[in-house]
Amino acid sequence: MKVHEYQAKEILRARGVPVPRGHACFTVDEAIAAATDLDGERWVVKSQIHAGGRGKGGGVRVVDSLEGVREAAEAMLGMMLVTHQTGPEGQQVNRLLVEEGVEIARELYVGLVIDRSSQRVVVMVSSEGGTEIEEVAATHPEKIFKKFVDPKIGLTEAEAVEMMAQLDLDPAQAAEGGRFLRLLFEAFWETDASLAEINPLVITADDRVIALDAKFNFDDNALFRHPDIVAMRDTDEEDPAELEASAVGLSYISLDGNIGCLVNGAGLAMATMDIIKLYGAEPANFLDVGGGATTDQVTEAFKIMLRNPDLKAILVNIFGGIMRCDVVAEGLVQAAEVVKLKIPLVVRLEGTNVERGREILEKSGLDMITATTMADAAEKVVAATGN
Amino acid sequence: MSILINKQSRVITQGITGKTGQFHTRNCLDYAEGKDCFVAGVTPGKGGQDFEGIPIFDSVAEARAETGADVSVIYVPPPFAAAAIDEAVAAGIKTVICITEGVPVKDMILTRDRMRESDAVLVGPNCPGVITPGEIKIGIMPGYIHTQGRIGVVSRSGTLTYEVVDQLTKLGMGQSSCVGIGGDPVNGLKHLDVMKLFNDDPDTDAVVMCGEIGGSDEEECAEWISQHMKKPVAAFIAGVTAPPGKRMGHAGAIIAGGRGTAADKISALEAAGVTVTANPAEIGLAMREAIDKS
Repeated sequence: MKVHEYQAKEILRARGVPVPRGHACFTVDEAIAAATDLDGERWVVKSQIHAGGRGKGGGVRVVDSLEGVREAAEAMLGMMLVTHQTGPEGQQVNRLLVEEGVEIARELYVGLVIDRSSQRVVVMVSSEGGTEIEEVAATHPEKIFKKFVDPKIGLTEAEAVEMMAQLDLDPAQAAEGGRFLRLLFEAFWETDASLAEINPLVITADDRVIALDAKFNFDDNALFRHPDIVAMRDTDEEDPAELEASAVGLSYISLDGNIGCLVNGAGLAMATMDIIKLYGAEPANFLDVGGGATTDQVTEAFKIMLRNPDLKAILVNIFGGIMRCDVVAEGLVQAAEVVKLKIPLVVRLEGTNVERGREILEKSGLDMITATTMADAAEKVVAATGN
Repeated sequence: MSILINKQSRVITQGITGKTGQFHTRNCLDYAEGKDCFVAGVTPGKGGQDFEGIPIFDSVAEARAETGADVSVIYVPPPFAAAAIDEAVAAGIKTVICITEGVPVKDMILTRDRMRESDAVLVGPNCPGVITPGEIKIGIMPGYIHTQGRIGVVSRSGTLTYEVVDQLTKLGMGQSSCVGIGGDPVNGLKHLDVMKLFNDDPDTDAVVMCGEIGGSDEEECAEWISQHMKKPVAAFIAGVTAPPGKRMGHAGAIIAGGRGTAADKISALEAAGVTVTANPAEIGLAMREAIDKS
C-alpha cells in the first residue's frame, strides 16, 4: 500500500524523525491558513499524488508571499498532473502539502528496501540527492553505500553514523544524520514498510538534517496489524476496476490491450497474458480469480472486464486442480447469461473433471468457443478479435 | 530416490483442524503411500483428539517425540505462519513446507534469520508444496496429473506448475519430484537450491524450471547452471507482458527500479545454455528439445 508524502511525514514526525513543518490542505483557503500558521517568508506548495516526478511536472512550487501560495494552490488543486509515472492522462491533484521553506546546504539520498537475496532490510545512502537513484546506480554505483541490517539487532546509531560519515559530512552533521538514519530505520521496521525513500535528505544552512521529501510503501500482508496506516489509504489514487475487483477477492490489473483474460493462479495468469501477446494481440488485464472462483466472482470478473469499452474478446483459462472444471463451467454459463455477453468468449478448461466441464459448456447452448490447449485458446481468441 | 520427500517421509500437519488443513490432508492421505506417511497433526489446545485416525498434538515437539516425524506442512493462517515455521524448526523438523499465503515479509525476515543456525530446509511460504509422484504428495496440487518419472520440476507458481506437469505427463515424461518454491519475496528454497538437489539426484535426468518477474533468483540460478549443471534444463519465465511497478498477484512478482524483468531472466538463462521457450503451451516440448540436444 502507498501513502502520500504528507502522510509519510506524519508517520516520521510521530517517531521523532525530523521533517519540515507543514500542513495537508484540500482547499485554497486551507492552503493560505496553513501558510499563515507556519509563518516565515517562504513556503513550498506540493501536489500530493502517489506518483513520483511531481516537481518536473509542475506539481511543486516555492513561493515568497501568501498571494503566491494562493496562486499555486489555485493552479494545482484539480489539475491533472502528468509525470513519468502517471501515464499520459495524468493524476488529478486533490490534496496539497504546504510546508515551511528550508535553506538547503546539501542534498543527500536515503533509501530502505527489502533485499531478497540477503533476506534483510538494506539501507542505502548517497551524496547524490535529488536525482533518480536508478540513474546513480547505473552511472556511479560507487556513490551508493549499502548496509544490510541484522534483524535481531536493527540499525545501531554507531553503524548509522558511520554510513553518513561516508558522504563527506563534518562530524556534527554525521552524528545528526546518523540519528536521523536510525530513527528512519525504526519507523520502517515498526510499520512493516516495504520501501522508504528520502530524496532529498537535506542538510540545512543551519546544520539541521531533515527529510525534504518522503515516500513510503507498506507490506500489504502486514496491514492487519496497522489500522492507522490502513486509514491513510486514498482510493482516489487507485484504479477503480482494481478496487472493485479486490473488494470481491479478485486480483485485477488493467493493461492497455483489448483481450480480457480470466485465469486461476497468478503465474498462469501472467503466462496467459504472455501467450496472447505471442499470438499477436495485447491483453487488456491481469486477472487471478484465485482458488475459489464462485459463480458470483466470475460474474463480477466479467462485469469489471466489460466496463472497458475497448474490450474485443475474453479468454478464460482455468487449470482445475482443487477447483473442479464442472463447477467452473457452471459458473461461467451463469455469469455469461447474467452479463449478457456480446463479445466472443473463448474457454479453455483443463484438469479435474474436465470432461464434465466441457460437456456443461457444450450443452448450455451458450455462444462460446472452446479450446483444448493454451496455444489453441490464444490462437482462437486472437482470431475472434479479427487480428 | 527423489528430492526432499519420499515414501519414507513421516509428516506432521500444522493447522490440521482448520478447513484448509482438513481438506488437503484428506487428499494427501488418499495419494499413493499417504496413509503411511501422514502420522500426526498439530493444533494447540486440541491435543488428544484425532483427525481421520491421525493423532493430534498440542505442539510440534510432542508430535515429533511421539511419531518421529521429519517433515511438517503448514496451513495455519498468515499472522501465525512464521511462528509455526519457528516451532517446527525448533522441534528438529528437517523439512518444513509452508503453504500459507499472505505471511508478512517482516515475519519471514526474522524467521529466515533464526533458521541460519539450523540445518532445516524451508519450502515456501505461499507455495503449492512438494510431490514425489507415485510415493507422496505434501501440499495442494492435484495428484492425478503427475506420473512417476525422471524429470524434476521447480516453480514459483501453482497452477502454472500444474500446466507444465500436465504437458510433461501427456508427452510421456514422468516426474521425479515437483517443488513449488512459492511467490513471496522472502522465502525458503530458491530455484538455485532446488536445482542443486536435482543435479545430485541420481533419479532425475533433466529439469524444468518456471520463473516469473521480480527479484534475481532466476539469474542467480542461471549463473550456477552455466558452471555446474550436468543435466539438461528447460525454462519458461512468466510476465514478459507485465508492466513495471505493478504487483502481479504474487507478493514477489514485481518489476522494481528496472530490475526483475522477464527479458533479463530469459537472456541469463539462454546464456547459461538453458532451453527457454516464450510459449507457455510448449514448456513440455522445450524439455524434450533440451533432452534431445544433450
